[in-house]
Amino acid sequence: MFITYLRRELSHRKRQATFIALGLALGVGLVITVTAATDGVRNAQTAVLHALYGVGTDLTVTQPPAQGSGGPIPFGFRQEIKRARSGEIAAGTKISINDLANNQYGTLNASSLSTVASRPGVTAVAGGLALSDDTVTGTIPSVSLKNGGGSISSDFSTAEFTVDGVDLARHTLGPLSSARVTAGRLLTAADARSDDALIDAGYAAQHQLGPGDRIDVGGTAFTIRGIVSVPQGGHPPDVYIPLARAEAIGKTGPAALTGKVNTIYVSAASAADIPAVQREISTALPKATVTDSSDLASEVTGSLSSAASLAGRLGSWLSVAVLAAAFGLACLLTLAAVTRRVREFGTLKALGWRNGRITGQVVGESLAVGLLGGAAGAVLGYAGAALIDAMAPKLSATASPPGPSAVTGQALSSRAQSLAKSLSSAPHTVTVTLAAPVTAQLILLAAALALAGGLLAGGFGGWRAARLRPAAALARAD
Amino acid sequence: MYELTSVTKEYRTGHGTVTALRGVDLVISDGEWLAIQGPTGHGKSTLLQLLGGLDRPTAGTVDFAGQRLSSMRESAVTQVRARSIGFIFQSFNLIPTLSAAENVETALVPLGVRAAERRARAGQSLAAVGLGGRLRHLPAELSGGEQQRVAIARALVKRPAVVLADEPTGNLDEDTRDEIIGLLESLWRDHGLTMVLVTHDSAVAARAQRTGLLRDGRLTVRQPVPQPPG
Repeated sequence: MFITYLRRELSHRKRQATFIALGLALGVGLVITVTAATDGVRNAQTAVLHALYGVGTDLTVTQPPAQGSGGPIPFGFRQEIKRARSGEIAAGTKISINDLANNQYGTLNASSLSTVASRPGVTAVAGGLALSDDTVTGTIPSVSLKNGGGSISSDFSTAEFTVDGVDLARHTLGPLSSARVTAGRLLTAADARSDDALIDAGYAAQHQLGPGDRIDVGGTAFTIRGIVSVPQGGHPPDVYIPLARAEAIGKTGPAALTGKVNTIYVSAASAADIPAVQREISTALPKATVTDSSDLASEVTGSLSSAASLAGRLGSWLSVAVLAAAFGLACLLTLAAVTRRVREFGTLKALGWRNGRITGQVVGESLAVGLLGGAAGAVLGYAGAALIDAMAPKLSATASPPGPSAVTGQALSSRAQSLAKSLSSAPHTVTVTLAAPVTAQLILLAAALALAGGLLAGGFGGWRAARLRPAAALARAD
Repeated sequence: MYELTSVTKEYRTGHGTVTALRGVDLVISDGEWLAIQGPTGHGKSTLLQLLGGLDRPTAGTVDFAGQRLSSMRESAVTQVRARSIGFIFQSFNLIPTLSAAENVETALVPLGVRAAERRARAGQSLAAVGLGGRLRHLPAELSGGEQQRVAIARALVKRPAVVLADEPTGNLDEDTRDEIIGLLESLWRDHGLTMVLVTHDSAVAARAQRTGLLRDGRLTVRQPVPQPPG
């Protein structure tokens, strides 16, 4: 009888049932579309951050450079200038200086890797050396340098490319983690001590390099084994070489980098562990700067950031508002239907139907409408998400190191340096395509929302029906 | 079957208190057919509602089959209605979306009768009122007289002890009225029912064993004057 009565009532009130279901469908569909779009924006953000930060890397550990170390002028060149000033090198002498230098960071002993690895919540660590290959060529000018006056840097030409020494045994962490091979092959652990290199696709195109060609890094000829591309256009180093070779060739000032790294890539057990791991590492390495991808995310601006903000705020509020309106509409229409059926419920009470059974009937009808609305909402939401997929709007994310006004104290200064590693020193814009993935959880959410709407409306309607005094209901009917 | 003692029923309205029944005393025996007459708004339907446990008196008591109906818990009154009391209304009060048979079945739902038995009993009950061929018809597809027959079948399908009929012929033409009253009379006799019938129609009231007149909430019960045959 329950099902028969329910079916007959709904088919009798087709227009009203359809209206309520459509209202719920609109709300549910909007929730699905907005949630899918928000997920899409989040995925896009993740893709951008992965491109800039490295897939699988949750934290990076760096250390500010020591006072007076490094700088924009290569150490070797500074030495040559000293010699020129002291007269050891005569004017007119042609020089060509090439350094693979650690200009950006302080160095960390390799033992820091095991220190970090032993922290609770850390699942993997990998060391890296972010270096710069600087070449200065030119002729010593015929000016008096003995008294130390004047600048001679304008008489020389410089060339620079960035080089990352990567731990090939753990390349799932760090700069190679998000790289895709476009030609040749990746380096493997077997290449750890060889003079083999990978180069970035952009750098390769610019310099017309390919697998099998050779490239000079810090005065050593490396054979290019593969061309790699970072997805979504992250700003990768120009050249990747084995970490052991970077240690052997690279220098911090005059000092060799043997047994040193300047970046430690850390993977945490779960996203929830990241803050605790970050605190643990900061405690264990007090001079180090520990950054996570959220530090970078906060520096991301552009339409992706705007879309994230829009989806997170306006989208959510719009969904809630439409859903609340749909719920309110469903409640009002159900109450109106109950009011119209006062005589019917009065009769059923006269026949001995308990309040619970009458309430159950109203709730059942409302739930059925809710389910129809949920199903229609899922279709609408799926269509909305498909529309977003079809339109594939492009979102840009601009990440730049914090400006001077934003840099206060060591932490931010270090963060700026950390960012600079990924971004060089210039703002970097990444374009991503927005997709709106509809997941099984979203469909379940739709069903739950629709049922909640039905339950709410049915609950109100049933409560109203249950409160009716049979005599009053019948009197009204007559 | 029923014993009403000093029953008063007042309604509070926006304009004050309206007294529908004033100190009504009434005894209705098992198997009796009592007709209640009176002008509109003088308490006939109120009396029927108190007899059916659809409302409670403001003062006085209503006893039904030895139980104090007027002070029972609502759930117990609901059970009494479900088991022992059949209602027939002036406007038939059929569920418009359910077929004739399904409407009759609604009276068996609160008794927990299984679906197959419900269908069988509904069919028998409709056949007993001459609607065996109209089981699947919706109320809108039936005439007024047929709808009232469905309502009678619904009232009787649970084999109640009492039938309370509120103007059962009020919306029917004269021929149909006679058919329905004839049907009720034969069912009353065949099933040994106690029947209380509210009507404006003296011709209908004349068929009852006793007649009560409600005027200004006061009930006067009298024996009917026998009508000459023909």
